Amino acid sequence: MKLFCRPSSEPLWHEEFSVFAADERYVSRRQFSKFLVLTSLAMFVGNLWILVRSWFSRHPVYPVARIEGAAETPVGGVKLFAYPDSGEQCILVRTGENDYVAYSQKCTHLSCAVFYSREKNRLECPCHNGAFSIRNGSVLQGPPRRPLPRITLEQRGGELVATGIQIRTEA
Amino acid sequence: MRQQPTPSQKRGLTAIDGAMALIVLLLIVQIWLITATLETYLAGYHETALPAAIVSGIIFVACAGLYLFIDRLDSEARSE
Repeated sequence: MKLFCRPSSEPLWHEEFSVFAADERYVSRRQFSKFLVLTSLAMFVGNLWILVRSWFSRHPVYPVARIEGAAETPVGGVKLFAYPDSGEQCILVRTGENDYVAYSQKCTHLSCAVFYSREKNRLECPCHNGAFSIRNGSVLQGPPRRPLPRITLEQRGGELVATGIQIRTEA
Repeated sequence: MRQQPTPSQKRGLTAIDGAMALIVLLLIVQIWLITATLETYLAGYHETALPAAIVSGIIFVACAGLYLFIDRLDSEARSE
């Protein structure tokens, strides 16, 4: 009932910055509704942002990048490299004499760095005990719901190069 | 001394409370919608972004409409 008892002739700044502490804390239904509507606007803008991001990232173009020191990595060894830019860490595992696999090092659960477990022959996330197959990056155990993005590799002129990223959605 | 609200002011207050409850309900749906859209976007499904943005826009317009309704009722009740 307090809503109808307040004088409405006062300007908003006077209501919000009153000399009385009790009046400063007062929030009318109208002000609260305005806050809710502004929150709704923020949610709408967030959805629009996702829409714009999805339009621009639908067909990404990845660079071709040489992986330094891949040939020197022993079988069962690991090499870390950055792809497609310096902020995206990836992990290369040499699984055979001429076989390499590479994945994004960010766990698909909460982005912790995964590492290669040679004993279990799989990629493991130490944060929440997630594990991924070394064969295709699919989830073996733990909370991750999506496979690791796989870096596509090619041999060009005796050198190993990364040519793209395969993002798969099914576990 | 506090002035007692008239019956029409009481009705207005009930309508305002109902409209506010509806805004809160719509907002909860909208928060769930953006969470689900973000989850599907990060999972690589980009098809859901457009319908989610449209529905979110409709919800925002509905919230804005309800706010205008509250504003009008409030102004009328204060002027009595």
